[in-house]
Amino acid sequence: MFVSYKWLSEYVNLGGMPAKELAEKITRSGIEVEGIEVLGEGVKGVVIGHVLEKEKHPNADKLNVCQVDIGEEEPVQIICGAPNVDKDQKVAVAKVGAVLPGNFKIKKAKLRGEASNGMICSLQELGIESKLVAKEYAEGIFVFPNDVTPGEDALAQLNLDDEVLELGLTPNRSDALSMLGVAYEVAAILDTDVKLPNIEFEEAGERAEDWIKVSIEAKEDNPIYIARVVKNVKIGPSPLWMQTRLMAEGIRPHNNVVDITNYVLLEYGQPLHAFDYDRLGTKEIVVRRAQDGETFVTLDDTERTLSSEHLLITNGKEGVALAGVMGGANSEVVEDTTNVLIESAYFDGQRVRQASKDHGLRSEASARFEKGVDPNRLQAAADRAAELMAKYAGGEVLAGSVIAGDIDLEPKVVTLTLEKLNRVLGMELQKEEVEDIFRRLQFGVKTDNDQFIVTVPTRRGDITIPEDLVEEVARLYGYDNLPTTVPEGATYPGGLTDYQKKRRAVRRFLEGAGLNQAITYTLTSEKKAKEYALETRELIKLAMPMSEERAYLRLSILPQLLEAISYNNARQIDSLGLYEVGSVFLKEAGEQLPREEEHLAGALTGVWEENQWQGEKKAVDFFVAKGILEGLFAKLGLAERISFERAQADGMHPGRTAAVVLDGERIGLVGQVHPQKAKELDVKETYVFEVKLGPVFAAKTEGVTYEPIPRFPSITRDIALVVNADVQAGALQQIIREAGGSLLKEVHVFDVYEGEHVEAGKKSIAFSLKYFDPNKTLTDEEVVKVHDHVLEALRDQAGAELRS
Amino acid sequence: MEQQLKELQTEALAKVESAEDLKQLNDIRVAYLGKKGPITEVLKGMGKLSPEERPKMGALANEVRAAVSSAIETKQAELEQKAIEEQLAKETVDVTLPGRQVEMGNAHPLTKVIEEIEDLFIAMGYSIAEGPEVETDYYNFEALNLPKGHPARDMQDSFYITEELLLRTHTSPVQARTMEKYKGQGPVKIICPGKVYRRDNDDATHSHQFTQIEGLVVDENISMSDLKGTLEVFAKKLFGEDREIRLRPSFFPFTEPSVEVDVSCMCKGEGCRICKHTGWIEVLGAGMVHPNVLEMAGFDSKKYTGFAFGMGPDRIAMLKYGIDDIRHFYTDDVRFLRQFAEHE
Repeated sequence: MFVSYKWLSEYVNLGGMPAKELAEKITRSGIEVEGIEVLGEGVKGVVIGHVLEKEKHPNADKLNVCQVDIGEEEPVQIICGAPNVDKDQKVAVAKVGAVLPGNFKIKKAKLRGEASNGMICSLQELGIESKLVAKEYAEGIFVFPNDVTPGEDALAQLNLDDEVLELGLTPNRSDALSMLGVAYEVAAILDTDVKLPNIEFEEAGERAEDWIKVSIEAKEDNPIYIARVVKNVKIGPSPLWMQTRLMAEGIRPHNNVVDITNYVLLEYGQPLHAFDYDRLGTKEIVVRRAQDGETFVTLDDTERTLSSEHLLITNGKEGVALAGVMGGANSEVVEDTTNVLIESAYFDGQRVRQASKDHGLRSEASARFEKGVDPNRLQAAADRAAELMAKYAGGEVLAGSVIAGDIDLEPKVVTLTLEKLNRVLGMELQKEEVEDIFRRLQFGVKTDNDQFIVTVPTRRGDITIPEDLVEEVARLYGYDNLPTTVPEGATYPGGLTDYQKKRRAVRRFLEGAGLNQAITYTLTSEKKAKEYALETRELIKLAMPMSEERAYLRLSILPQLLEAISYNNARQIDSLGLYEVGSVFLKEAGEQLPREEEHLAGALTGVWEENQWQGEKKAVDFFVAKGILEGLFAKLGLAERISFERAQADGMHPGRTAAVVLDGERIGLVGQVHPQKAKELDVKETYVFEVKLGPVFAAKTEGVTYEPIPRFPSITRDIALVVNADVQAGALQQIIREAGGSLLKEVHVFDVYEGEHVEAGKKSIAFSLKYFDPNKTLTDEEVVKVHDHVLEALRDQAGAELRS
Repeated sequence: MEQQLKELQTEALAKVESAEDLKQLNDIRVAYLGKKGPITEVLKGMGKLSPEERPKMGALANEVRAAVSSAIETKQAELEQKAIEEQLAKETVDVTLPGRQVEMGNAHPLTKVIEEIEDLFIAMGYSIAEGPEVETDYYNFEALNLPKGHPARDMQDSFYITEELLLRTHTSPVQARTMEKYKGQGPVKIICPGKVYRRDNDDATHSHQFTQIEGLVVDENISMSDLKGTLEVFAKKLFGEDREIRLRPSFFPFTEPSVEVDVSCMCKGEGCRICKHTGWIEVLGAGMVHPNVLEMAGFDSKKYTGFAFGMGPDRIAMLKYGIDDIRHFYTDDVRFLRQFAEHE
């Protein structure tokens, strides 16, 4: 909502307060002033001129040589190129020495040999937006009505000596979508009165009800419809002050009748529509729902196909206006209109919203209906428009209004106790202070002991419950005066849940391991949404995506993470590690909401360890990625319960991919991105993992119990085994563990070798075994016995021979 | 004989003195003090001496031995020290060469901000509540006093999946869900962080995906001044002890009264680009929980009151670190991410 400072001061005594100060006060009491536009900023030295003579320029077809009276002793000669300039016009003249927006200085000039001492201005040249300039002046200079005097300040005449406050209204404050509404707000803030327009006009002998009948078929959508008729209007321009006010508030002037409806809309917040009475074709108005498929041409000459969700104003036969949104071309006020029907109605917000949404027609009118208009202003607005049409369009107002339907005009009564008010605010306001605030708001207030009985005018439809009154008091009293306390009462044990603690631990571990945390988009393309999914599901798609790239909910994090790797690779960053913790979305049969499963994903590429001057460089490989996971699971106390099994997955290297298994259940994967896939994604050799966090965090782990520090020495035996090349280390280790029994404390691989000195198709794997008995020093014989048993088991179960 | 011994001593000491390394010194030791050494040889002639002279010679021989032995020991220590010094000299490194740094990754700046805020409120007794990112229309809107057709739904244009299902537009549904779990029994004291989604075209200041943290306290006798006091503590802890807050009336369907909360700018009111020369930065939306919201979640609004507040970690991180484009958070350029290493 734009608010002209000058216009506002007609309703409220602003006491000459600077616009900036007023804006600050309004903002601090609840309506944010988002900006102040200083009209005519940067314009100096523009006066009214009277074109005394106009002659064709001797050397230029499109130019005219004008003699203009600018209130000085002698007329000045000005060359003007505007097509509409003419003798006897009153125009805006930028004198020599004047400044126009953009610091454009007017100097004496010669145009094709003729002297020009100034410039006749268009409104655009004075800084008014083109879209606000009335069509007749859009291509040329602006022509003033005749009653202005040469030499007068043209800016004042154009109301360009004004400032406009731009209000950012929250949806509840639709009351401030009108000058009067803003006036009430400002009056409450400044503790002063509102001066309402005094509506006075004479009615003709003829009665409106003899001219028009109104009936409503859709009472829920349109509880009340008021029609007034003004006959014998003369269509012409509206008065200059009205045009300039409309422009200041962002509305383009058209003609007196249309401008009046717009003016009243801004003044009262009640949208009006003016029909050409004669072009209606019938003597009745019938309000009904449109039929599905019914067509209707709006006044922008566009044919609209309607549905039964739209409310239509008809002449009993066909549509004449799309209720609350836009009039019809068939009944629009035109140049030769003589009789006007003024519509002032209450249309249901949802109905209007539906139509404006379906047809992409958002207007000043629809915005107000959508938020609800003040039922008590319907009649006043119709009367005000009739008054102005009588005054400025020479019309005669027919007696009475034709009213169909009715609406509750009673103000709402809301009660509030002083105790509640003070309890909710944490304050100790006195009864009188509170009463005074309601008085400033012009709410009726009676008190009954501790209770305020507040009568809220219908213009404030947003106030319905005691809490709304609390807010009114608080905002006008001022939040700066609110004390600061902290909640009292029982102290609560706050903190993180186990899950949240573990998630933080995972993050810290991965960061310690050198990975940076990434956050990628949840929405992705159809293709990426299902790639690398740990579980396949039907995808979840947005009903109306903004693009195909962001249309589906992801089943895995890796595709996005790989996109981030690709982004970095493309920017000469070859070595990096990223991880992300985020949700994937699994559609579950019979469930309304998808299951949101939190996953951990990681991607690593390039050099992992490097010390350049020492010539050391280690690239990321499968074991780096796996090692990170192993370290993580060890951190979570799950080292013994996690295993890795060779696995295949789409988009993964067939020989370098493992399933991550927790207690026998597959919970994730780790491995190398398939080289072909890497090429397709534009990433270098990259290793990735993705693991479900739910089962990992849910796995119960035992707390730490102290184990005595060994008092007896352990005995280590290293063995090098020769096995078939396809035998996996994990299997051998398993055999060793089982055969080693309780004395075998540790076993780990320390060498793997294939090649020279090892038979083709075989490989050598060396293990280091540590035997230990917590209760005594092991003897050689005891160790030999177990160790031989281990070797025997390896021979029997895996065909493993000791390497000679 | 005495003469012989003395000569031997002089000779041996000179050799010891001139020994250049431990091996030479050892050779000297063996040569002079060994069983076949010259001193022993000399002593073999003791038999020819008179009984009076024998002990004298014996003593002298021992003196010579001791003198040589002591000289060798001294020399040995000297040579050992020298050897060590030579070894250390060889081992000297250029300490200005780069070390083998342990490279750490770090948390995403949004996570840093979120965890900082979480910890701050945990210290004030709050728990962390989380909820689904795909929400029902009921929890996202209706339970928050935004019935279908409410104009405020426009404020947050949403990504719908079906008519009843959408990507949550704020983390407030977690409040509604959590309150329901408490079954009308306070106190509730929670912080709800998470991802949220709105139909915005991505540009420097808009992102269709961003993060939010909401807070909720419901108990008997919770007041607006409690809200102000809590947020003041929060602002001072997060932005600095010298910061102030200011409440401006506003509107949210789920709170009444509603306020916007500004934090004083680090320019201390002098006016800068960040605060657009106002001295204040808008950081939070807040208010007293709307009685409809309490009632819908099963709380008696006559007995209980509460406050709620919400803020955007994206915006806070942008303010805190001077980040000029929200898209940086979701592009994951490591040149960006690596800038947020811990400096503790």
